[in-house]
Amino acid sequence: MIPISHFLTLGAILFGLSIAGIFLNRKNIIIILMSLELMLLAVNMNFIAFSYFLGDTAGQVFVFFILTVAAAEAAIGLAILVVLFRNRGSINVDDLDQLQG
Amino acid sequence: MDLKLLVFWVFSLVLIGAAVGVITTRNPVQAALFLVLAFFNSAIIWMLMEAEFLAITLVLVYVGAVMVLFLFVVMMLDINLLPMREGYSKHLPWGAAIVVAVVVQIVLLMRVKWAGSGIEQPAPKPADYSNTEELGLAIYTDYLFQFEVAAVILLVAIIAAIALTMRRRPDTKYQRPHEQVKVQKADRLRVVSMNSEDNQDLTGKVAKAPAADAAAGNSGVSNQGAKS
Repeated sequence: MIPISHFLTLGAILFGLSIAGIFLNRKNIIIILMSLELMLLAVNMNFIAFSYFLGDTAGQVFVFFILTVAAAEAAIGLAILVVLFRNRGSINVDDLDQLQG
Repeated sequence: MDLKLLVFWVFSLVLIGAAVGVITTRNPVQAALFLVLAFFNSAIIWMLMEAEFLAITLVLVYVGAVMVLFLFVVMMLDINLLPMREGYSKHLPWGAAIVVAVVVQIVLLMRVKWAGSGIEQPAPKPADYSNTEELGLAIYTDYLFQFEVAAVILLVAIIAAIALTMRRRPDTKYQRPHEQVKVQKADRLRVVSMNSEDNQDLTGKVAKAPAADAAAGNSGVSNQGAKS
């Protein structure tokens, strides 16, 4: 028997690792996007764990929608990345200062 | 040890290792491949929780589409790796501290709230139970509106991705079908009137036959050129 805390701890570790990925690779947008995907995966892990242990299908439906939104986000993010690279010749975060923010 | 628990430990350890690989490797291509490994392992863990449809969807949609898109983009952009890594060791203690803090907090909360809560693992479903059917029933009845909103989100993503990345290069040659279908016969074909008697006279003479052929070929070529 696997207790629910095993799955939740696994999700927490994945979430923490993806936060660390955003911190460590703050120069590289591609790795940041991959860390975001990992973070969504950790959230989905928690949703499915609760859905399984509480016997409610709604959690899996939410995971379904999160997968949809994550796919859309990845597609638009990568399209923006391609346009950015075409215009600037670089995807370094430090070079993105056109808005002077 | 229970077999399920063994499977959980093996795949979750590989999953955590793959996640560490994603955030520490130098090469974005390797990071994408580590992320593929992480998705495969979490699909196995989702199958342990009897979410078969979502596990298959994770492999098909994420590994099959999203990660291939990532790999395409990573390989298409010509990125030099070295300037990307500056500040890595500077941020490492901060990153590690934040990770440890977040994980310890979440795990403590979970131990307090869920470890002694008495939630037992549910009994395995019967063999004819269909996770896909139950998910489909939920989506198409209770969550129909949200399902349609998700479809609209995907449509917007398609349009946005195409509109962002499409460009017309000035030096690329395009077909113009609307002008192609309006073309008349007189635009392309020119009937050339030429004297064919010389050709008939020369047929019997061997010595001059190639010249005549060449002349006929030339006229044919000019005719072709007028046609095209």
